[in-house]
Amino acid sequence: MGWFFNRKKSSQVAKDRLKLVLIYDRAGTTSNNDMINMIKKDIMGVISKYVEIDESEFEIDFKNVQNEEEEGVSSQIAMNIPIKKIKQMVKNAGK
Amino acid sequence: MENVIVITSGKGGVGKTTSTANLGTGLAMQGKKVVLVDTDIGLRNLDVVLGLENRIVYDLVDVVEGTCKLKQALIKDKRYEGLYLLPAAQTRNKMAVAPEQMKELISELEQEFDYVLIDCPAGIERGFKNAVAGAKSAIVVTVPEVSSVRDADRIIGLLSANGIDDVRLLINRLRPDLVRKGDMLAIDDTLEILGVDLIGVIPEDEMIFRSSNLGEPAVTDYSSLAGEAYRNVTKRIMGEDVPMLDLEQKTGFFGRIKRLFSK
Repeated sequence: MGWFFNRKKSSQVAKDRLKLVLIYDRAGTTSNNDMINMIKKDIMGVISKYVEIDESEFEIDFKNVQNEEEEGVSSQIAMNIPIKKIKQMVKNAGK
Repeated sequence: MENVIVITSGKGGVGKTTSTANLGTGLAMQGKKVVLVDTDIGLRNLDVVLGLENRIVYDLVDVVEGTCKLKQALIKDKRYEGLYLLPAAQTRNKMAVAPEQMKELISELEQEFDYVLIDCPAGIERGFKNAVAGAKSAIVVTVPEVSSVRDADRIIGLLSANGIDDVRLLINRLRPDLVRKGDMLAIDDTLEILGVDLIGVIPEDEMIFRSSNLGEPAVTDYSSLAGEAYRNVTKRIMGEDVPMLDLEQKTGFFGRIKRLFSK
């Protein structure tokens, strides 16, 4: 009987499914591919200030993650950034 | 909205042609000079929805190929002053016309008419490209259903890629009873997902079947709820600030009784 009480409204299911499928659809179109590349470039720029990274192995993608609280699925940007070397931060003790 | 508007959706069967016919007739009822352009070459239907199928001599392809003058292909609707149809060819295909030629044709029409409404075919190929070539604004038609909303999103992206950013959403065939039960996407949910502004909501209405049977757009029928919704959208196109229909109330018990007596 559990299904009877816990049943989500079908319109809510539709909304959740749409949100998810559109993330993929939008990411697949050229203008959004550009967006991913722009995010990639920006993040590489920031991280490179502190650590030396392997740019050829840099991965960025949209991913779906199952929520713990049965709230359905949510989307994340997943990145894999291999570090070559941590840069030696020179503390400017003076100023 | 701008004076050249493409009515599009991506998915077929959601009401592009019906909406084009109704909004065009609605604009003519408001005293505007309007031309409706059917770009669905090979699968034309705007002519039958308007009840003008028996009057076609020349079509859009004839104009583009120079077989006739633009004025010769325009069909004047005798019932509504100021309403004209430029029919699509039925025996050719979408490749018979190029986007550049459409652009030229539309700009010619624009000089003669207050409004140019372009009925776009389903799909995202040549037919779509032709339909949007000369457009400045777009009305994206969707029904509150997953596949249609998904396609609408794709279309909104493609419109933007074609330089059309004045995009408004028309939600068609809404059933307030199903929304109430939680079995149909609500207006706000659809808007949230697509992230565009609403131009109107057309409720599911049996009168639409009657009106397409007769070839008389529902917008002229004062006992039809969809007709009333289309009249409101027409005014919004013209820049008037018309409040959204309270479908909850209109489709409730008392709303139905009232409608019964207005017939």
